[in-house]
Parts: sequence; C-alpha cells; structure tokens
Amino acid sequence: MTDVVLAATDLVHHLGQGAGRVQALKGVSLALKGGELVLLMGPSGSGKTTLLSILGCLMTPDAGTVHVGGHAVAGLDSEALAKLRRERIGFIFQSYHLFPTLNAEDNVRLALDVRGERARTAKAAAREVLGTVGLGHKRKSLPRALSGGEQQRVAIARAIVGKTQVILADEPTGALDTANGQAIMTLLADIAKDPSRAVLVVTHDPRILPFASRVVHIEDGRIVREEAVTESMKKVSNA
Amino acid sequence: MSLQFRLASRNLFHDRLRFIATIIGIIFSIVLVTVQMGLYVGFRRMVTTMIDHAPAQLWIMPVGTKCFEDPSLLDERQRFRALAVPGVAEATPLVIGYAQWRLPQGTTTPVFVVGSELRGLGLHPWNVVEGRLDDLSVPGAVAIDQTYFERLGITGVEQTAELRDRKVQVMAVSKGIRSFTTTPYVFTDVERARSYTGTPASKASYLLVRLAPEADLWKVQQGLRDSLGNVEVLTASEFRNRSRSFWLFGTGAGAALFAGALLGVIVGTVIVAQTLYSSTKDHINEFATLRAIGSSSRYIYTVIIWQALLSAIVGFAGAAGIGKIVAAATAESALPVIMTPMLTVALFLLTVTMCVGSAVAAIVKVMRIDPAMVFSR
Ligand SMILES: Nc1ncnc2c1ncn2[C@@H]1O[C@H](COP(=O)(O)OP(=O)(O)OP(=O)(O)O)[C@@H](O)[C@H]1O
Ligand SMILES: [Mg+2]
Repeated sequence: MTDVVLAATDLVHHLGQGAGRVQALKGVSLALKGGELVLLMGPSGSGKTTLLSILGCLMTPDAGTVHVGGHAVAGLDSEALAKLRRERIGFIFQSYHLFPTLNAEDNVRLALDVRGERARTAKAAAREVLGTVGLGHKRKSLPRALSGGEQQRVAIARAIVGKTQVILADEPTGALDTANGQAIMTLLADIAKDPSRAVLVVTHDPRILPFASRVVHIEDGRIVREEAVTESMKKVSNA
Repeated sequence: MSLQFRLASRNLFHDRLRFIATIIGIIFSIVLVTVQMGLYVGFRRMVTTMIDHAPAQLWIMPVGTKCFEDPSLLDERQRFRALAVPGVAEATPLVIGYAQWRLPQGTTTPVFVVGSELRGLGLHPWNVVEGRLDDLSVPGAVAIDQTYFERLGITGVEQTAELRDRKVQVMAVSKGIRSFTTTPYVFTDVERARSYTGTPASKASYLLVRLAPEADLWKVQQGLRDSLGNVEVLTASEFRNRSRSFWLFGTGAGAALFAGALLGVIVGTVIVAQTLYSSTKDHINEFATLRAIGSSSRYIYTVIIWQALLSAIVGFAGAAGIGKIVAAATAESALPVIMTPMLTVALFLLTVTMCVGSAVAAIVKVMRIDPAMVFSR
C-alpha cells in the first residue's frame, strides 16, 4: 500500500479583483499517492495553474485544505510555507526559470543551498543528478549555451536533487519538440517509479499520455473526469 | 564561495554599465565626504598650531577670549600676581596683533605679529632653516616663514622691510609655519611686538604660565583664578578646545563642512538605492524563482546585501585612492585635507552603512514578490 503524499479537499479560489474577479477553482479535491505520475489536463483557463500553485503552497486557497506529506498547510506563514516547499516539493516550469548567470551545476545546487546544505555535499549531489539527466558533460555550461531540452533537463535536475516527495510540473514539455518532450517525460516517469514520490504534470499534450498512471480532467474550475491510463490507451497515443 | 555571494556578484557584474554607474556614484559621494571630513581634520589641527607649539601649561587671558588670534588685552601687572601663586614657576607675556608690512617695493600687506620673551618661556618659531633664533635679539629683528617670502617681498635672511613704519630685518626663516587664515606670521620679541601692533607698554595679550615641578595643574589653575580675578585661566587643552569650537562652530565653517559631507551621503544613498532597486527589479524573476523553490527571505536579503557590500568595497577602494591623492596634493597648502587612519576606518564604515541602508528599497521590493508568478511567466 502506498501513502498519500499530497492531498487537497474542496478547494475554492478566486483570482482578480472587482469586475475581473473570477472563481478559478470551484471545489476541487485531489490526492496524489506515492509512485504515481498524474496528468492534469483541461482547456485553457480551466484552473490548472491555479490548482498547481495551491498544491505547491505558493498560494493559499480561499477555502479548502491542503496536506503535504500528512502535514496541514492551513495557518502557516510565508516563511513556514517556504520551508515546506524547499523540503517537500520540487517545481518544474514551462519556461525553465534557470538563473542565467549561474552554470548548470550551480543552478541545480541552488535547490540544496536554500536548505542550508553544505556546499561540498550539494556539489556532489548536483553532479550526480546532472549525470542522471544526461548532462554530466555540460555541468559548467551557462543556460544560454544549452538547448531548450537541455535547459529543461537542468530544471528537472534542480527539482529532483532534493529528493522531495512531490514534483509539480506546469507544461514541462510545452516549449519542446517531440523527441525532447519524450526524454523529459521518461525522466519524470522514472522518478514516479519510487513508491514514496509522486509527480503531477499539467499538460495539453496528448503525446505524453503513455507516461502517466492516471489522468485528471479539469474544466471551468471543477474536476470533471478521472481515468486510469490503460495499456490500450498507451498504444493508441503511441500510434 | 557561497552561492549567495556568487549570485550577488553575477547580478552586479552582469550589467556592467549599471555597475560602473553605481561605483562612480559611490566614489563621487565618498570623495566628497572624504574631502569635507579631511578638511575638518586639517582645520582642527591648523587652528591650534600656535597653542600646540607654546610651551605653556596654563594660559592667562582676558575674559571672553575666543581663540588664539583674538586680540583683546590684559594688564601686564597681573604677571606679578601670577608669579606669587604657589606652583607657578614662570609667567611671561605674549603679545599678538595685526600689523601692516611694507615691502621693499613700497606696497603693504597685513601680517600677524607674535611677540614673546626670547629667553625663557615664549612662543618661538620652530623649524628654523635659515638664520638663528638668538639673532632675534638684534634691534628690528623678526622671523618669518619661507612660505610667505614672495608675499613679504623677501628672498632670505638679513633682508629688510618696514612694520608700522619701523625698519625690520629678517634674521631667521622657518619652514612650514603656515596660517590657515593665510595672513603670514611674524615672530619677534615682546617689546617690538608692542610697537609694531600699537599695544600699550603695560598690556599683553596672554600670560604664558609654566608650573613648578610637581605642582598640581588644577590647583594652580584654581589658585590663579582666585588671586587674579577678572581674567580667564585655561589649560592648554581647554584653550585648544575653545579655539576649535570658535573656528569650527562659532564661524559656521565646521557646520558647512558637515553639511557638505551630509550632502555627499545623501547623493550616494540615492544613487546606490536607485541602482540596487533597478537591478533587483531586473532580476525579479530570479528572486521569485528562489522564493518558489523555498528559499527563506533571509537567503534573498543576503544576496541583495552582498550586492550592496560588494559595491561598497569597490566604491570605497576607489574613493580612498582619490582621497589619498587629494591629501597628498593639499599637504603643503594652508588648509590641508588630512586622512587619518581613524578617518579612513570611519569613512569605510560610512560607505558600508550607506550601501546597506540603500538596500532597503530593493528589499522592500523583493518582500512583495508573489512566488506564484513563476507559473505565469
Ligand atoms: N491574476 C489573475 N486575475 C484574474 N483572473 C485570473 C488571473 N490569473 C488567472 N485568472 C483567471 O483564472 C482562471 C484560471 O486560470 P489558470 O491560469 O489557472 O488557467 P489554466 O488552466 O492554467 O490555463 P492555461 O491552460 O491557459 O494555462 C482563468 O479564467 C483565468 O483567466
Ligand atoms: Mg496555466
């Protein structure tokens, strides 16, 4: 039996002010178990990014609860939320968000440095993880010297180097071609093979269906459908 | 090297133009402060030169004397009362005052006459490089400083001029006795000083007092006050303080120097705050990412403060270099800019405080970051 590593119940959230105020989430419940790679799919404006921000403790919902690794998030101040993020959650963004002035190794090391880990251990870990994502030979390169796919692999290395229980990714393949997208998803699927870790990927891209264990569909701030990914579905999308 | 330091230095050097602007701003501001404060230190020293070189432990002077150059007079008969006070070994008159010096060519220029007893307790020229002090006893003999040769129409010893229509002869020449008022000093004996300055025979500007060995300074001072009445009796250091406070604060010169320094600090703070703020704004995406991946606010402030400190160090190095040059260039002037080690340390601390203080605006900006913005950019 695997544990629930991230759970949200009855999330309601509004964005914007005055006339522009919209209810982005209208009562969303979702749980991620260790060993799962879950895809969150839905049309533009359906609330995917909003949900991801709340699950990642970057935003506090107007109503509803979030538990990360069994800990309730409600009532934590911004410093406590930051601590929770650095210890339990890894993030991957569509536009990578690497530090342009730091080389690949330092970019990865940053995730451990913010935890106050010793430089020597952090460097060794960063090198190892860069090897895992196939960039061992480019650890001294600055982001601008790397291709999009390579930059996203550095970003993945940064997200996984801390061995957090939860990895949240917003359109990680959105800016990549098919081959690079497949490579990225393979890496994420490998992480999700660890029964203590879960990966949630927001995507529009049906090509990455084969990597998922489950797909959650969101529309207009509500979860409308959930399905386990079967072998037949994988074959269809691979064809 | 810590990653925070690396991030800070990369943020700084990434935009070279802005970095150079920041450094020039800091240098400009700190050089301004350095010059003002160096002048202050120089002025402080210059205004007490005469008191520093007089061998008196106590000064007797008319009530209300503001500084050494204050030409009020007291009765010389006080001298005998002073000598009667226990603990007083010597009490000698000193006569000061302005006079007109007539150059051999016939033009005149004002000078400041300092007359004291040639033998014993007196304020004599120091650093004599030509002629001899002993020769000042010759009738009409005076001592002047090399610095003022041209102004006084003199090129060496034994040359003559006129003071208040009396013929004088330069018998000794000193080096480096400069006056911050730029009026040349002319040293001579008491009697001649009286005649050059028009001081009545029974009057003097000061009485210089030397104590008997083992006499207690404070007791003698009190004894003189009690028996002389209607005069002021100051220790050398009290007189120095009084002269300084008159010249530096009574005249507003000190206030002007401090106001200039304050202006420098304000200009520097504004420039550094502005460039740090705009640098932080340019790197806001990175700071938001840092926050999103869970860095504490302290971690982020440390990056910004490193940027401020690095700017401070580079800026101070530049400013200190220029300060040294200014100090060297003015060393021989009437009012030198003096850089003491204390002043240098104080200026460094001021630079650091200024730069770190300037980081406040950038830190406030970073505090307002919404880390959720990382998903929408
Ligand atoms: N800052 C904001 N102010 C007001 N409304 C907002 C704001 N951000 C998002 N919204 C609205 O909230 C809703 C949910 O937005 P969200 O970004 O979560 O959608 P999404 O599913 O991620 O869309 P996309 O696929 O385009 O990224 C949308 O209707 C959007 O227009
Ligand atoms: Mg989105």
